[in-house]
Amino acid sequence: MSDPQKLAITTRALNLWYAKFQALIDVTVDIKHGIITSLIGPSGCGKTTLLRCFNRVNERYGYVTTTGEIKLHGKNIYDDDVSLVELRKSAGMVFQRPNPLPISVYENVVFGLRIHKEGGDLKRSVLDEAVEVALTEVGLWQDLKDRLDMRATNLQLEQQQKLCIARLLPLKPEIILMDEPCSALDVEGTRAIEELMFALKGRYTIVIVTHNMAQARRASDECIFMLLGELIEHSRTEELFLTPKNPKTADYIEGRYG
Amino acid sequence: MIAETTNRLFAETPLVRKKQRREWVARLIFGMMAAAMIIPLLLIIGYLVYQGAPLISWDFLTTNPVGGMRRGGIWSALLGTIWLVGVSLLIAAPIGVMAAVYLNEYARDNWFNRIINLAVINLAGVPSIVHALFGLGAFVLFARMGRSVLAASLTLAIMTLPVIIASTREALASVPRTFREACWNVGATRWQTIRRIVLPNSISGILTGVILQVSRTAGETAPIMFTGAVFFRSISEGDFFAYGLKEQCMALSMHLYTVTTQVTGAPKPLPYAIAVVLLGTVLLVNATAIVLRVYLRSRKKW
Ligand SMILES: Nc1ncnc2c1ncn2[C@@H]1O[C@H](COP(=O)(O)OP(=O)(O)OP(=O)(O)O)[C@@H](O)[C@H]1O
Ligand SMILES: [Mg+2]
Repeated sequence: MSDPQKLAITTRALNLWYAKFQALIDVTVDIKHGIITSLIGPSGCGKTTLLRCFNRVNERYGYVTTTGEIKLHGKNIYDDDVSLVELRKSAGMVFQRPNPLPISVYENVVFGLRIHKEGGDLKRSVLDEAVEVALTEVGLWQDLKDRLDMRATNLQLEQQQKLCIARLLPLKPEIILMDEPCSALDVEGTRAIEELMFALKGRYTIVIVTHNMAQARRASDECIFMLLGELIEHSRTEELFLTPKNPKTADYIEGRYG
Repeated sequence: MIAETTNRLFAETPLVRKKQRREWVARLIFGMMAAAMIIPLLLIIGYLVYQGAPLISWDFLTTNPVGGMRRGGIWSALLGTIWLVGVSLLIAAPIGVMAAVYLNEYARDNWFNRIINLAVINLAGVPSIVHALFGLGAFVLFARMGRSVLAASLTLAIMTLPVIIASTREALASVPRTFREACWNVGATRWQTIRRIVLPNSISGILTGVILQVSRTAGETAPIMFTGAVFFRSISEGDFFAYGLKEQCMALSMHLYTVTTQVTGAPKPLPYAIAVVLLGTVLLVNATAIVLRVYLRSRKKW
């Protein structure tokens, strides 16, 4: 399917401060292309922060400083010629609470296309096709094809979350960053999102933050454990759960931290 | 014995009853204070209307004052107020809204923006008579506008800018941040985010805020007294464009002041009738704002 050695995201000595508070300490990580990597660790250890670094969304908060290197597909994303717009197109994010925009389902899916079009209007047929492809890919097409005009914020949570994933797809992202995408969903919803992740894996690199150990075990190929802003351990998921190298990891997966 | 206890299960204890009484008293007091807001409004309106009723008629609105302002209507003053408010709205609204968008959506926390914020806050605290002097110096004399509708409206506009900015920022801040994050994460620029998501979802709040703030200037006297309002002017009746931007105008607030303090022998209901019209104008504008809000709200959103 995809070259297992190819790296999607690499960081070297990445440090990040919120004003004076250091939220990431010397993080060095290699995330492989086309697989699902999960990010676990106790609350406040910097998982969300790390994830947000990958498409430089942290910078929108003003008082953030970053040092170190982040490369996506070998390209340093702090290079001068990197456009944030293009970067965010290729590394889209899915949030903890589904955040569809307060417009119709259809407009949500084509929102990205519309804001990235080069002058002139997009052909209706192009948009229609993009919507069908994206919604089919996330498994919403059958349910929603007759209700595309419906306001997206009125969908069920699970559908909203799938829509948020579908919204990224027309932009042909390489990487999908998910921040606890299932924490607002019930068991059914969680399973649906996990199945979707399996379906998307291979074509997309998926990085998922989760608090749910079982989910990390079930759904990810590799797993990263973080603690207090530091990366403690990164290995294949089975290894990390069955034979953790670091005692801190062992403590955490056995439930000895919060 | 056991039956007795089971029957009393979950029953009120004296302590609960005491708490409930307190709850009830607290609620009553707070409720009364809130209701007390209605009383002054009703009293004011009732008293004014009662006193001014003999004079109020369609003719009163549409004819110029005559006979040393003792007789006739208030057309030139009413039209003057409409012009002043309208022009200052046209000036203040775009500037205020754009400034607020900058402060809320673009500004980072640095010294430059802190200075802007400080300026806005302090501008809001400047007394209106000081605005009047500033308007006189800056617009009437320095910019050579003379005493005119334009100079007076500019002065009013500067006076309302801080409150417009504050109310607009409030409206913008009520748009959930998650919407903005959703936009950034598909690579939308700030402007695209603002235009496609933030503004459409806050426009009702912005518009009503702006209108409500501007309508309050209808009652201002000091800032227009030195900059463009005159005691008396006769204009062509029934013509909405009887005033030009470069001309002086009458205004209801100033007319009311003149009639009460400077004109001897004016009929007693006259000041009340003027006050009713002034209040009516403001309330009418506010009502429009509320209708607009309800209409725009009904078409939205999350
Ligand atoms: N915008 C911010 N401003 C200041 N400090 C922040 C900000 N966001 C996060 N932090 C701090 O940075 C640390 C890491 O936060 P982060 O949200 O990355 O943790 P997390 O691992 O995602 O936690 P959770 O599991 O609760 O989501 C926390 O101590 C948090 O208080
Ligand atoms: Mg988090």
